[in-house]
Amino acid sequence: MEYIGIIIVAIFVNNVVLSQFLGICPFLGVSKKVDTAIGMGLAVTFVLTIATIVTFLLQKGILEPFGLQYLQTISFILVIAALVQMVEIVLKKISPALYQALGVFLPLITTNCVILGVALLVIQKDFNLMESIVYAVATAIGYAMALVIFSSIREQLALTKVPKALQGIPVALITAGIMAMAFMGFSGIDQVFK
Amino acid sequence: MFLSLTLICLTVAVLLAQVNKMTETPIAEAKAMKLQNAIREVVPAFDNDPVAASYRMPDGTGDSLLVYPAKKGEELVGFALNSYSDNGFGGKIQIMVGFDMEHHIVNYAVLQHGETPGLGSKMTEWFRDTNKPAQSVIGRNLSQGALAVSKDGGQVDAITASTITSRAFMEAVNRAYTAYSGSREDALSGATAAAEKKEQKTTNEGEENHE
Amino acid sequence: MNKQCKILLNGILKENPTFVLLLGMCPTLATTSSAINGMSMGLATMFVLICSNAVISLLKNVIPDMVRIPSFIVVIATFVTIIEMVMNAYVPALAESLGIFIPLIVVNCIVLGRAESFASKNGLLSSVFDGVGIGLGFTLALTLLGASRELLGTGKIFSLSVYPEQYGSLIFVLAPGAFIVLGYLIAIFNKLQRKKETISSN
Repeated sequence: MEYIGIIIVAIFVNNVVLSQFLGICPFLGVSKKVDTAIGMGLAVTFVLTIATIVTFLLQKGILEPFGLQYLQTISFILVIAALVQMVEIVLKKISPALYQALGVFLPLITTNCVILGVALLVIQKDFNLMESIVYAVATAIGYAMALVIFSSIREQLALTKVPKALQGIPVALITAGIMAMAFMGFSGIDQVFK
Repeated sequence: MFLSLTLICLTVAVLLAQVNKMTETPIAEAKAMKLQNAIREVVPAFDNDPVAASYRMPDGTGDSLLVYPAKKGEELVGFALNSYSDNGFGGKIQIMVGFDMEHHIVNYAVLQHGETPGLGSKMTEWFRDTNKPAQSVIGRNLSQGALAVSKDGGQVDAITASTITSRAFMEAVNRAYTAYSGSREDALSGATAAAEKKEQKTTNEGEENHE
Repeated sequence: MNKQCKILLNGILKENPTFVLLLGMCPTLATTSSAINGMSMGLATMFVLICSNAVISLLKNVIPDMVRIPSFIVVIATFVTIIEMVMNAYVPALAESLGIFIPLIVVNCIVLGRAESFASKNGLLSSVFDGVGIGLGFTLALTLLGASRELLGTGKIFSLSVYPEQYGSLIFVLAPGAFIVLGYLIAIFNKLQRKKETISSN
C-alpha cells in the first residue's frame, strides 16, 4: 500500500518534469519526435534505476559510516558519470540491439539532473533501499510518460501556425505549462490510497 | 593521466574536509538557533534551556513527541511540543505548538511542510490571526475538546480551499495536546510529590507515570 | 580592458544563458517562485561559475585531454559543495528554500559548458570575466523571471506590495506559471532582438 502511494505520487502528483522541474533540458531538447522521446525515456529509466541503487549503497555503506557526507555531491556525480560510461560499454558488448536503440542518449544522461536529483532526494526523504528503487522506477516512468505526451503534442504543434516570436522553445514552454496545469488536477489523489 | 586525476581528487578531498570543518559549527548553531527561536515564539517567556531539558512523551497514537518544558525560575510556565501530521496535502507537516499551564494554546510555528504555496502554505499565519477569532487557534482551551475544522462540526474555520491542510493541522495540534496533557500531569503530580527534592524527573519516569 | 568589457556584455545579452542559449532550465524554472529566490540561485551559480572558470583556465595545461571532463566535473562539484556548506551555515533559511537545486548546480549545463568552451581555451582574466558576464546574465534572467512570477502571482516584488494580493493569480507562483512566464519572456526577448536586428540592418 505504501509503495502504491509512492508510485502514484512520483508519476502523477509530483511528476519530475512538470512539478519538480528536473531534467528540463532533455525534456525540451529531445521531444520533437515521439520515437526519440521513447528512446530517451527508456534510457533514463534504465540508468536512473541502477544509479539510484549504487548511490544509495554508496551513501549508506561508505559516506555515512565514515562521516563523509560532505563528499556526497562530488562522489555521486562521479559515480553517475562512471556508471553511464560502464552501462554504455556493457550494453555494447551484451546487447548490440539495445545499444543501438539507447546508445545516442546515454552520453546526454550524465548531465540530466533527474539522475543526480533522484539520488539526492531518496537520501533526503530517508527512504530505505526498496522504497528508493520503487521511487526511482516510478519517477523514471513519470519522466518517460511526460516526455512521450509532450513530444506527441509538439509533433502536432509543428504543423500549426505560430506567431514568429513564439516559435520553437517559447511555445513549447507554454505547452508544458498547460500540461503542468493539467497534472495539477492529480494533486491530492494519493489521499485515496491512505 | 590517472595520476593527475587522482591528484586532483585528493586535493579536492582535503580542501573540502577543511571547509567542512570550518562550517560545521555554524551549521549546528544555525540549526539550534532555529529550534530555539521556534520554542521562544510559542511559549510564555522563560529562562531555562528547554532543549537540554527535552524528553519524549507518548501522543496517544503509538508514537511519541519531543516535549520542551519552559520554566521561569523554578516555576513551569508552559510546554512546547514538536508535533506532526502525515496527512497534509503535500505529505508531512511539522509544527511546534506551545501551551501554557492552563490548556491554552499560546502560539505555534510551522517547522516544515510541503503544502501548495498560496493555498495550504497559508497555515503559517492563518491559524494565528488574532484579528479573526473564527480561524485563530491562539488562546483556545483544548481541555474542552479536541480542535476540528467547522466543516467537520468543529470550531475553527478552515483555510479557504485548503480543507485537507487544515484538517492535518488540527490533527497535529490535537496530537500535541495529548502529549501536553501527559507532560502537564506528570509535572504537576511530580511537583507535589517531590516538592522537597525539587528535582526534575528523568524521561523514563515521565513515560511510566503517563501509562 | 575593452575586450573584457565585450566578454562581460556578451554574457549578459548576446549569449544570455537563459534567454538565448536556453541552458540551465531546471533551476531557472524551479527556484524562481519569488524574486529573491531567483536572485540567490543566480548568485550561487555565478560564484561557482567564476571559481570554476578561474581554476580550469589555470589548470588547462596540466590536465590531460583524456580526463578533461571528469576533472572539470570534480572542480565544479568542489565549488558547489563549498557554496552549499557556506549557505547552510550562514543563510539556512535561503538554503532550505533552494533545497536540492544547490547541489544540482553541478549538472547545470551552463557551468560545464563554459568550462569546456571558454575557460579551457582562454587566459585567467578573460575566463573570470566570462564567468562574471554569464553569471550576471543568468542572475538577471532569474531575478526577472522571479519578479514577474511574484508580481503576477502575489502582487509583490521582493516582498514589497505593489497591488493587493487578492488580485494576483496564484497559478504563476505554482509550477505551470514557471513554464508559461518563461515562455513569454523568451518570446519578448526574441521580439526585441529581432527589432534591433532589423533596425541595424536598415
